[in-house]
Amino acid sequence: MSEIFDIYLLEAMVNGILLGGVLALLALGLNLIFGVIDVTWICYAELVMIGMYGMYYLVQYFGLPYYAAAPITILLVAALGALLHLLVIAPLLSAPPVNQLLATGGVLFVLQSVATVAFGIDFRNLGIRLPVLQFAEMHFSYSRLLAFAAALIGMVLVYLFMTRTYVGTAIRAISQDRHIMPLMGVDTRRIYVITSALGGALAGLASCLLVLQYDIHPFVGLSFGPITFLICVLGGLGNFVGGFVAAFVFAEIISLGGLFSDLEWGYVLAFAFFIVMMFIRPAGLLARRS
Amino acid sequence: MTIRQLGPWIAGAALIVLPFVYREPYHLHLMILILIWSFAYTSWSMMGRFNLVSLGHGGFMGVGAYVTALLWNHLGLSPWLGIPIAMSAAAMLAVIVAYPCFRFRITGHYFVLVTLALSGIVLQVITATRDHTGGSLGYTPDRTRGSHLLALQFDDKLTWYLIALGVWAVGLAIWNWVDRSMDRYALEAISEDEDAAAAAGVNVTWEKLKITVISALMTSLAGALYCQYQMFISPDTVSGISVSLQMVFAVIVGGLYVSLGPTVGAVITILLAEILRVGFGTKAVGWDNLVYGVLLVVFIIFLPKGILGSILERMKPQRKKGKM
Repeated sequence: MSEIFDIYLLEAMVNGILLGGVLALLALGLNLIFGVIDVTWICYAELVMIGMYGMYYLVQYFGLPYYAAAPITILLVAALGALLHLLVIAPLLSAPPVNQLLATGGVLFVLQSVATVAFGIDFRNLGIRLPVLQFAEMHFSYSRLLAFAAALIGMVLVYLFMTRTYVGTAIRAISQDRHIMPLMGVDTRRIYVITSALGGALAGLASCLLVLQYDIHPFVGLSFGPITFLICVLGGLGNFVGGFVAAFVFAEIISLGGLFSDLEWGYVLAFAFFIVMMFIRPAGLLARRS
Repeated sequence: MTIRQLGPWIAGAALIVLPFVYREPYHLHLMILILIWSFAYTSWSMMGRFNLVSLGHGGFMGVGAYVTALLWNHLGLSPWLGIPIAMSAAAMLAVIVAYPCFRFRITGHYFVLVTLALSGIVLQVITATRDHTGGSLGYTPDRTRGSHLLALQFDDKLTWYLIALGVWAVGLAIWNWVDRSMDRYALEAISEDEDAAAAAGVNVTWEKLKITVISALMTSLAGALYCQYQMFISPDTVSGISVSLQMVFAVIVGGLYVSLGPTVGAVITILLAEILRVGFGTKAVGWDNLVYGVLLVVFIIFLPKGILGSILERMKPQRKKGKM
């Protein structure tokens, strides 16, 4: 009896790690935006939702294969991210941070209702059913493995971009000192747009991966949006490594909590853990003093 | 007595007399909703005006509505007892979340995100405990078989109108009471510069906690009233991020720094939603929120003080210019 239980436990743990990959991707995108532009996109998960609809229509209506639709979706959401910055954030850059936050909250409303108006409130799915992998009596869905691998590759690419290119270096420099960099000849406006597009692209990648696991509906963002914010705060806003670690911690809690009860209780457990952690490490898991 | 002093009393008297003269049920229904939501928005603005932007108020409202209804249905506890219990539950939740935030200087973005998560989690808990709360299908308090007064269930709109009006007036009174208290200056100092305020002898954590608990208590009362009036609650209408954002939106539209701002916001948003709903018919699913969202973004960019706030500022351009 106990042996079977351990298998389930192991399976849940591995699934937790796999879930953590996508969450880490989302947290990275959000942290990037926050670290560079000092804005939190409340509507980040809704960008993912739009991307999921993009995937759905590209695959279902235009008959594109999955791997052809994915880059288009990533570009689409990247453009959306840049657009969001230009239309909403740029006019508010000198406004109080709270106003920026609330404006993106308004965008959340807009995106959700645009999706409701345009696509209806039916649940849709891509209709791609990936096989389930069986390994030592444990079951892992192929889609999660794919998501994990793609999320890791995406993060490595971002890392390389940030450390190996001129623009990436400029982005990191701005996140360290927002006021000095314009004096050093860096065009901050251009960097902001690039960063927004990059954050959008990460959301686009996440949407390509999540579309394999979730049904699509206008409010799907709510099922992973709040948890992404928790991860970012727990990791320390703008702290890339902290967000990465926190994503896996949270994914494990959700996955293991879901093993004993409903998935929602996994979320509740994760929240309780979050509150406790706030008492212990209020500035994030790997605290960076600002 | 000037007009300025008499004005509120005359307006109040007119509002009390109104339903006895004019009894169109649909319009009365709208006014009741506006009053209940105005009260909720006012309670949000109590915190919001001191730069304590909380997106967790959907959570407090959900706690107020669901705890009251659950106590009534499962234990037969009258809302007269259930509402205070629900309010203390919301206050407790507020303290559990807000205390570490304030103690450890979690402000600005962090605070918004933590409270955002709070309302998301309350939504999840309500959905997860679907055996008791009905989950996303919603929940209905049992119709009373005994006294209507004991069950706080009234069939006529007139009673509800007067209750909502009373609660709304109390909400405004609390707003004004805070406005005139020393705490207001302390909280304004805190919102300007926390360290300086602390250095000047303000107990930062305690002041913030006080206003948060007051705000949470009021919001949960609004939730309970909404539940008792509508006799139907669902996680989406009383809790979650969208309700929190709805509060923020209405207050921003009306005006964050004036006492009647949230009320003006409620009038505008609820009438707007109704007009859109009636105008578009059943096809309008989503359209009202679309207009909401666009307006919210436009308002924050172009009119950050809200409609009433901007009008008041126009009216007295020489006083307090350049402040706020």
